[in-house]
Amino acid sequence: MTLASTGDGYAHASAPAPATGNPGKVLNSAAAVSPAFSLSRRARRAWIWTLQNALPPALTTALLLLIWQIAFSQPGASLPTPSIVWSESKDLILQPFYWAGSQDIGLGWRILTSLQRVAVGFGLAAIAGIAIGALIGQSIWAMRGLDPIFQVLRTVPPLAWLPISLAAFRDANPSAIFVIFITSIWPILINTAVGIRNVPQDYRNVAAVLRLNTLELFFKVMLPSAAPYIFTGLRIGIGLSWLAIVAAEMLTGGVGIGFFIWDAWNSSKLPDIVVALVYIGLVGFVLDRLVSAAGRFVTRSATP
Amino acid sequence: MSKDNDPYLKLDHIAKSFQRGSTTTEVLRDIQLAIADGEYISIIGHSGCGKSTLLNIIGGLTPVTKGAVLLQNREVNSPGPERAIVFQNHSLLPWLSVYDNVAIAVNKVFSGRKSRAERDEWIKHNLALVHMSHALEKFPSELSGGMKQRVGIARALSLEPKILLLDEPFGALDALTRAHLQDSVMEIHSRLKNTMIMITHDVDEAVLLSDRIVMMTNGPAATIGEVLTVPLARPRDRLALVSDATYTQCRATVIEFLYARHKAPSLVA
Repeated sequence: MTLASTGDGYAHASAPAPATGNPGKVLNSAAAVSPAFSLSRRARRAWIWTLQNALPPALTTALLLLIWQIAFSQPGASLPTPSIVWSESKDLILQPFYWAGSQDIGLGWRILTSLQRVAVGFGLAAIAGIAIGALIGQSIWAMRGLDPIFQVLRTVPPLAWLPISLAAFRDANPSAIFVIFITSIWPILINTAVGIRNVPQDYRNVAAVLRLNTLELFFKVMLPSAAPYIFTGLRIGIGLSWLAIVAAEMLTGGVGIGFFIWDAWNSSKLPDIVVALVYIGLVGFVLDRLVSAAGRFVTRSATP
Repeated sequence: MSKDNDPYLKLDHIAKSFQRGSTTTEVLRDIQLAIADGEYISIIGHSGCGKSTLLNIIGGLTPVTKGAVLLQNREVNSPGPERAIVFQNHSLLPWLSVYDNVAIAVNKVFSGRKSRAERDEWIKHNLALVHMSHALEKFPSELSGGMKQRVGIARALSLEPKILLLDEPFGALDALTRAHLQDSVMEIHSRLKNTMIMITHDVDEAVLLSDRIVMMTNGPAATIGEVLTVPLARPRDRLALVSDATYTQCRATVIEFLYARHKAPSLVA
């Protein structure tokens, strides 16, 4: 079990929290169970839900903005205040999808370019990670041979791969995609391996009695059984991808949110950087929630 | 019940030992048993006497060290659908609905022999047999323990097994649910005339359900201590049997074997 134990911090192989942990979910299921609920009652509940879940973050955000405004409002402050960010960069905020030339485009387009790279890199990492993870979860010899190598490789920081991938691919775009791939594959691979190793013997016995062949065993038993683990890995992986793409783009240049930040820094447009940071944070949050929701959907009935 | 000279299932001098490092543990020694077609056999013994190992050997999940399992005079040494197993903890796949849990078995085993519509009907028929038709679309997590085990039995029955192996099928259930399921199994056995081998540690269950009770000695190197024939007519009614002399006699024999002559080894674990 070297993999499971040394995978600390990476292989948080717990199943996703049950839906009851989320108050919004409870409300939905309660409404679904008794269709006799009147609309007004449901509307009131929705209103209460909004109050409970949207009001607190709105208030704290307002408070933080206020503190920020006060802290940097004296003349000669090193960073812009929220009001300056708004007045100088409101084009960026209000028009994410304008197009006025090859380097004068909205942040939405830049984010999409970055997302495209993440999609390719992360997609490849998911396929390769699940396939190799399944192999080392299933075969003791594959694990003995590969696990030590992976344990070393996974500690290499994403950007350390960039020079060597630039040398190998001789082009910025595939290099950035490779950095995404090599960053996000490890948690996917390790979690998949742990998930496959933890497929209960009972399920394997059932498969043996039915004489399922290798492919059927993998797709009908192993993969669904390991799905909660795999999605934990995918969720960590997508977060790491988003971390890595910004850094990689700052170095490779071209179009993309990372290069935008670097460009803004070089032309001393600090308010633009602030807006870009907010965009990056929001997109990262949405990506995490998307994978998490996909995981919940796929494993909705797999909690024994 | 056919009583041919060639037994339906023959356990021929089976021995099993496990090797761990340099130490060898002998679990089973020289198990010999002939089982007729349609017979209901219970295997009873204290915990750790290797009865589950024996069932796994018949099921093909565990290889023998010596001897052989012969089904209709042919050696079997790997798992297969003709020896379906009802697992103690039901072993339903939690991501599949009740219907799909049976369907995965039926679609695999009958894919060449039955049309899609026939398979659908066969799945529903088997679930009806265990009285689970009302819950086809439910998931295992939504079912009670007894209902899960019913689905497990339906899945095993749907394979049309030559032998149904039941590994303490009611062990994890409360007494009332257990009685219900025992009645269901008796009903199924009388209707389908399957050969059934059941592991149990419940004396009443063994006497109520079985044609013969195989009593195992304590391990290590456990073997068959005694085989008791239960000469009770079928169908059996648990209420009437409570005061039945033969029933009481059989029960006493098993209890005497288990608690007087082969007392449980001191609980080390």
